[in-house]
Amino acid sequence: MTATGLGDNPQRSHAGDGPSPAEALRLFETMVLIRRVEERLRDDSAAGKLPGAVHLYIGEEAVAAGVCAHLSDRDYATSTHRGHGHFVAKGGDIRTMMAEIWAKREGICQGMGGSMHVADISKGILGANGIVGAGLSIATGAAFGARLDGDGKVSVCFFGDGASNQGALMETLNISTLWQLPVIFVCENNGFSEFTPSAEVTAGRIADRARAFSMPAAEVDGNDATDVWRAAGEAVRRAREGGGPSFIEARTYRIQGHFEAESFVLGTGRYRSDEEIAGWRQDNDPIARFRSRLVSDGTASAAQLDRIEAEVLDRVNEAVAYAEAGQPADPELAETLMFAPEES
Amino acid sequence: MARTRLIQAIHDAVVEEMARDPKVIVYGEDVELSIVGDLRGVHEQFGHDRIRNTPICETTLTGMAVGLASAGYHVVVQMMFSNFLYTGMDAIGNQMSKLRLMTGGQMELPITIIATIGGGSANAAQHSDTSYPMLMNLGGVNVAVPATPADAKGLTKTAIRSKNPCFLLEPNGRGGELGEVPDGEYLVPFGKAAVRREGDAATVVAIGRMLKPALAAAAALDAEGLRVEVIDPRTLVPFDEDCVLSSVAKTGHLVVVDEARECCSAASQIAAVVAEKGFSLLKGPIRRVTTPNVAIPYAPNAEAHVIPGEARIAAAVRELLGRTENHRQGVPA
Repeated sequence: MTATGLGDNPQRSHAGDGPSPAEALRLFETMVLIRRVEERLRDDSAAGKLPGAVHLYIGEEAVAAGVCAHLSDRDYATSTHRGHGHFVAKGGDIRTMMAEIWAKREGICQGMGGSMHVADISKGILGANGIVGAGLSIATGAAFGARLDGDGKVSVCFFGDGASNQGALMETLNISTLWQLPVIFVCENNGFSEFTPSAEVTAGRIADRARAFSMPAAEVDGNDATDVWRAAGEAVRRAREGGGPSFIEARTYRIQGHFEAESFVLGTGRYRSDEEIAGWRQDNDPIARFRSRLVSDGTASAAQLDRIEAEVLDRVNEAVAYAEAGQPADPELAETLMFAPEES
Repeated sequence: MARTRLIQAIHDAVVEEMARDPKVIVYGEDVELSIVGDLRGVHEQFGHDRIRNTPICETTLTGMAVGLASAGYHVVVQMMFSNFLYTGMDAIGNQMSKLRLMTGGQMELPITIIATIGGGSANAAQHSDTSYPMLMNLGGVNVAVPATPADAKGLTKTAIRSKNPCFLLEPNGRGGELGEVPDGEYLVPFGKAAVRREGDAATVVAIGRMLKPALAAAAALDAEGLRVEVIDPRTLVPFDEDCVLSSVAKTGHLVVVDEARECCSAASQIAAVVAEKGFSLLKGPIRRVTTPNVAIPYAPNAEAHVIPGEARIAAAVRELLGRTENHRQGVPA
């Protein structure tokens, strides 16, 4: 069972159709859950309550939610340094995630990984990763395992426009096509490669890189949850049926900085305007867009959605309380966890 | 017991483990034809789902190992020359050596990476490195350096059964050497050194490819009345400190022979351990016999000049023990 109630039935999706009303409500709930988690981390980071840096996913929620809606716990996903959204959407427990970020013993990684490395192997979440592009080969390897198992599992690699410039992308597109691996490459093009606009460091269309290997590639509005959901459903179904890898470029926008408190390292430097950020916030918020569609097409009433939002906020507050009440990490774990005990 | 070549011993270990455990998967560049020779015929025996050729993409080969191991497989990656580990280093240095700790112990990564180490074959600098120092420094990977066919078999089997990343580093140019290998189930534990020759005059620790010249030097020194103890550590991570310290307790002198470059070599680490834990046992300074901090040259005479050999090893022992060339000539000093 996932934290959001999502992703328990991988057979559910059908390309072309949109999500059913129940699925749409779960999508909404997942997006709101990610948003509230990230807003809380933004505020607590600013208040100096977190021991390390956090890289937030605000504005990109539709991608993780729309893709992971098609996955179950047995499917694999690799994530990025901006990984809380993937962890939440893939069914990770927000209490143990928050405890991890708060560096507590109760953390999902016992406080040894932190924000950039949340992982829950039991749910196929192979980890957020601090090395840009590292997930490409890990997801491809997991897909190789899924292919060998032959039971319809798939592997999803979330990565950014920044990682699309790593050579590992070419290598993994090549080998996954050759071996027809059940992997879905999801490029979250959020416009920025750390502190540099993507256009300054990225030639051509990113999805064309997959087309060069004759891999099916879709370019979608990453702030349209339905659009992402539909493209991901098609890619996941293809992978489950043995049709090999797919590529999705989801165009979105990073509302927050590369990491919180970036203003301290930027000084007076700027890589984008406040107006640009405000424009995306006001006109292209994926949650606001999805919410108004749910109301206008009669899927849900405003009051129903308000209720979901209130419940989600309670869960986030409860998770943070759990994290704050946790025990400090065990420092000796650093010495005992490096190697798995061998069978004698 | 059968006389077996070193690469055949590795082959036999891989085949036995593949037969024992269907989750053992082998891949790498040219593994189907097996240019190195250690996997020859395995593809015909087990087929494409168990062993397959890959593109030349070391970054992805090591990274895929992490993903495939996470998916429940035991991965054996043949990387050919250990210089190619540099290209595949992110998944080694940032992923497989760290993810168990970083995930709070959730992840187990049973990965065996096989590669050759060392020069001596006029392969020039990009195919001749002895690159285990960088692996030893990572903290999260085992490093095995078999020097005999029996150890090659036993350490390979232990590596494949391990739940942790293991590097099995074959001695370059020694693959054809014969040795007795026990039949059937034969495992060599990690962290247990072997005393290859007993003696009381000095301890010589010789790693991997350096065992052969060290034993030759020991035989030459024996003729001069110096009985040298030669230790083969067999694994560098974990390292059998007790074996070396007990030998130094007996001899009082230590020479470490390492084909890696001097700076931060395994020899440096072993010397540091003995200096810290065995200082009172020592009757003289510790000597490291290593490759100088240079790229391995192509020309065979230049290569032989930089890589430690019998003469340099014997000279280091004589110097430690205050012997001169005259002793060797039988002329009184």
